[in-house]
Amino acid sequence: MDVSIKIDNVSRIYTDPSGNSVEALKEVSLDIFKGEFVSLIGPSGCGKTTLLRLIAGLDMPQEGAVYDDGEAVAEPNPQRGYIFQKDSLFPWLSLYDNIGIGLKARKVYKEEKNEIPKYLELMGLTEFAKAYPHQISGGMGQRVAIARSLINKPKVLLLDEPMGALDSFTRADLQDKLIDIWRENAMTMILVTHDVDEAVYLSDRIVIMTPRPGKISKILDVKMFHPRNRGGDDFMALRKKILNELNLASDPNPPEYHL
Amino acid sequence: MGVRMYVKNILLWKILTFAGFFVALAESFVFPAKQNVNETPYRLLLVGFIVFYAVLLVVSTARKTQYINRGPFRFACGVVLAVYDFLSTKSNIMPLPFFPGPAQIFQVLVEDRMNLLKHTAFSLRLFFVGFLVGIIIGIVTGVIIGWYAVCNYWIFPVLKVTGVIPAVAWIPIAMAIFPSSFIAGVFLIAICSWFPVAFMVSTGISATPKTYFEAARTLGGNSAFLLFRIALPNAVPALFTGVSTATGLSFGTLVVSEMVGAKAGLGFYINWAKGWSAYSKVFAAIIVMAVAFSIVLWAINLVRCRLLIWQAGIVTGRE
Repeated sequence: MDVSIKIDNVSRIYTDPSGNSVEALKEVSLDIFKGEFVSLIGPSGCGKTTLLRLIAGLDMPQEGAVYDDGEAVAEPNPQRGYIFQKDSLFPWLSLYDNIGIGLKARKVYKEEKNEIPKYLELMGLTEFAKAYPHQISGGMGQRVAIARSLINKPKVLLLDEPMGALDSFTRADLQDKLIDIWRENAMTMILVTHDVDEAVYLSDRIVIMTPRPGKISKILDVKMFHPRNRGGDDFMALRKKILNELNLASDPNPPEYHL
Repeated sequence: MGVRMYVKNILLWKILTFAGFFVALAESFVFPAKQNVNETPYRLLLVGFIVFYAVLLVVSTARKTQYINRGPFRFACGVVLAVYDFLSTKSNIMPLPFFPGPAQIFQVLVEDRMNLLKHTAFSLRLFFVGFLVGIIIGIVTGVIIGWYAVCNYWIFPVLKVTGVIPAVAWIPIAMAIFPSSFIAGVFLIAICSWFPVAFMVSTGISATPKTYFEAARTLGGNSAFLLFRIALPNAVPALFTGVSTATGLSFGTLVVSEMVGAKAGLGFYINWAKGWSAYSKVFAAIIVMAVAFSIVLWAINLVRCRLLIWQAGIVTGRE
């Protein structure tokens, strides 16, 4: 398989406001293959969002490099779409114009604006084309954000906890939508999440990360066909395995029996 | 019972809308004038009010829109006019020339209308030229300060110090430097609207959420795109906060600058009328000013609502 994103021995150190340096990522290496769905999961501070930002080109590593299709990443590129956690829509633009803004940014608006209704349709937003971001729900907002990235026809979609702020029904709905898009477009998707179920439901591979310093502790393959059964045995088994790896499965207060 | 009370009240309020002006009209006819005034224009004005509100009542009843809730206020307006007319025109208790009655003021409005219209046009021309120049320069300055850190370092302190100086303090200098009083007026109004606009635009630009810029960059936007398509639209609400401050300051500067240097405009007219002790003309000019400036404010608000339709809580429409 061809490598889509190559992360080569990357380190990123931040300086916090009190002057201490924090190793957000230390010597992380990872190959992500074309058409793969990879989840990065771990507790806060494990560097998963930092890693995603390095892949996007929104941030630069101090050591090592990230390669997209063999080319070193130096700045953001519409070929690598990025979905933010929330509130990234431009409030002064209607949903239609929000989706079309990537075309304007790439100066192809005139030629490709007939694409906008397709993406509105794809995301089930056609009747809200003229609405403004403040008038719609969080779930719809994330659909717009996804459509806005997809219209640039990216090879890689980077998702930074895009469903973290949604209620569980909206979240499940959007997860199914993502899987549909992923399968139809054969794109590479990299998802940062703190939701174990979400990672198991969506991914081909799950990268478990640990903090201080941020690094990869384990990579698990998910060998299940889509659509996956959220309550199935292998689903639950893998879920438990991940929770164990994250040290979240141990019962904090084992019941005591005095017989 | 409750319903009947309600209906009665609506009827009462409808009557109140007219009643005040009827009272004023009756007062005007019943008492003989002690001052030398042509009362016909004033009486026609009152008849005009009555007819206007009658038509409005019919239209709003047909459209079922809110109309009557201003009834008591309109009644009060009529009563105040009646009392004012009695105290001045009818009894001379409020002496001339300082307190002309409503009939006399309205007589001036009618008889001197061409003159007033001409001076209003001069005022509005000066206002719009100065205001637009100030706003354009303000936007440019605000963008430069808000976007380029170096410019912020060098220009912002200058803006802060010069901006707090009331524009009218520049009058002697403006009169000396500029070839005509019109250009001097433009300069004064421009600098007083420049400061709040520049300040607010720079604030709005530098307060653009980081996520917007990052989203735009991942969508393929270059730095010009970030400035003109992201930061600038994000600063539009702040721009209008600046514009509304600028409007108020500009009205004041306009009138003062016309009073001291100009040969035309409402400020000049007031000063000139005062010189002749024609206080009824002063009051007439003030009324024209109130109407003209209100229309300007209304128009600016219309533009604002149009441009900020995307903001939550912006209500477009009338009261």
